[in-house]
Amino acid sequence: MTISTAVRRKPTGLTFRQKLSRFDYAASPYLYIAPFFLLFALIGIFPIVYTFNVSLYDWHLLKGQGDFVGLANYVSVLTDPLFWNAFRNTISIFLLSAIPQLVIATIIAALLDQTLRATTFWRMSILLPYIVAPVAVAVIFLQIFNQYHGPIAGLLEAFGLDPIRWTFDVFPSHVAIASMVNWRWTGYNALLLLAAMQSIPRDLYESAAIDGASKARRFWSITIPMIRPTMIFVVVTSTIGGLQIFTEPKLFDPRTYGGGDKQFQTIVLYLYEMAFPRRDFGQASATAWILFLIIVLAGVLNYVIARAIRTSADRPVRRRPVPTLPLKRGVS
Amino acid sequence: MSTLLEKNRTSGPAGSEGSRPRKAKNHEGPGILTYSILIAFFAVSAFPLWWSFVIASRQSSDTNLVPPAVLPGRNFLDNVVKVFQTVPFAEALINSFIISGAITISVVFFSTLAGYSFAKLRFRASNGLLLAVIATMAIPTQLGIIPLFMLMAEWEWVGTLQSVIVPGLVTAFGVFFMRQYLVDVIPDELIEAARVDGASMWGTFWHVALPAARPAMAVLGLFTFMAAWTDYLWPNLVLGPRNPSVQTALAALSASGGQTPDNSLVLAGAVLSVIPLLILFFLAGKQLVAGIMQGAVKG
Repeated sequence: MTISTAVRRKPTGLTFRQKLSRFDYAASPYLYIAPFFLLFALIGIFPIVYTFNVSLYDWHLLKGQGDFVGLANYVSVLTDPLFWNAFRNTISIFLLSAIPQLVIATIIAALLDQTLRATTFWRMSILLPYIVAPVAVAVIFLQIFNQYHGPIAGLLEAFGLDPIRWTFDVFPSHVAIASMVNWRWTGYNALLLLAAMQSIPRDLYESAAIDGASKARRFWSITIPMIRPTMIFVVVTSTIGGLQIFTEPKLFDPRTYGGGDKQFQTIVLYLYEMAFPRRDFGQASATAWILFLIIVLAGVLNYVIARAIRTSADRPVRRRPVPTLPLKRGVS
Repeated sequence: MSTLLEKNRTSGPAGSEGSRPRKAKNHEGPGILTYSILIAFFAVSAFPLWWSFVIASRQSSDTNLVPPAVLPGRNFLDNVVKVFQTVPFAEALINSFIISGAITISVVFFSTLAGYSFAKLRFRASNGLLLAVIATMAIPTQLGIIPLFMLMAEWEWVGTLQSVIVPGLVTAFGVFFMRQYLVDVIPDELIEAARVDGASMWGTFWHVALPAARPAMAVLGLFTFMAAWTDYLWPNLVLGPRNPSVQTALAALSASGGQTPDNSLVLAGAVLSVIPLLILFFLAGKQLVAGIMQGAVKG
């Protein structure tokens, strides 16, 4: 006589042991997911929701909650030229990192998607930068991009070029910061794209080759459409991460919040400066929610563009979108 | 006729024209160009780390050398000693191990537990709740730092390690990741059989699910540890200079020199901060690669 058949019988006349087993069977699934949901509610959901509440008040870091001001904090942020400066900087750094990253990662993935010698070595070698923390990346690249000394200044000098003021000028500073992001993440994304390429059935290439398609043609007509879901995934994660960039610009000039003239202040740095040195929790919270909405909007935009590309290309091949390890790329 | 020829040429050994198919195949294989690009990419990937070590083992003025210095000097240990004198780096290392270790154990355990429940147990609202987990994965929870900071101040946790550990105890991603793995890897019959044998639910989880989940737990653990180890924004907010993590100590070291930082010292700190993960990388780099690549095709 097994417990599971006893469970299916009428509940009357069960022994204590059987009742316990019934309870065990019914309650365990909930007990197992409960710790996650309780903790996540506390550390994940509550802070985001409560941020909205804070954003509706005058709220000082030390003095605490003040008057209810409605959406005034949002108006202050959205009419603050410094917010828009941070917005432009964030988008600029994001574009300078996302686009080259996607292109180079795709090329490296395509190169690795061949029968190579020392496969494991190449795969590991491109992941090496990923283990370097953003703080260390920033510290190292600050030296590499030093205006007067360091390898890049030396290189420019060797070619007879004027030194570039990496930390002072707007565009060069964005390039330097984007290169930190690119250095750390290109190999990681190449591995994602490589995995997608390897799941493409090889006979597709063979039959295309039989039909006389050149190597380049096969890449554009088979590889790219087949890895599109992963490419979209890479774009979405780098968007979410890129919009929240903090560590690299913070440490590119550690004494400031994104440069002396805020020439590389990003949105999260703006939020950080608002909340802590300036102690205005209300406006900082409003900034957090504005950024939250920007991220949602960017996600929707990604989705719409991806759909538009898919319908215009009208490919017969459909694959499930590919979720993967979206490890905290964010406030790196 | 010509298409027939093409067919023979590219269809490999079946081709009837002797050496021609092999020629075509050689042309397909990775050539010198492929390896050159990969070596160049590897050089770019490795150079910043290697150069940091080189400067960390020399003196600060060697950053100006043209072409850049590529051979290590003899001062590495001296610079390391100076790092430990300038910032409390030993405490930072211990703190980071405690923080990352606690977060890893917690995330892996709770994710496996919840992931198993979602993958293998039947209960009301399980689909809806799983959808909630997936939806929350995309939420940038880092944007909640202001209330979280208020909470830590309220609990008087600012400056303590638990202020960093507690906000990292669970991730929605971990639950989803374990669920995706366990749904395929444990046959339903196995769980039925354990029940038929009179095992309790917990016994089934412990003796059936947990052993089966081990490979995925290892991957999730690796990535969770690395994410916790490299985190900066939140630890920087709540940990003071006297009780730092490795990242906040390194940031402090970088700012310590004012306008004229000691490059060798700062880069020695950067190298030191990387060493633990570098060891992890050499021990488990293969698993990291496999974890990223499997994550990409599963799901």
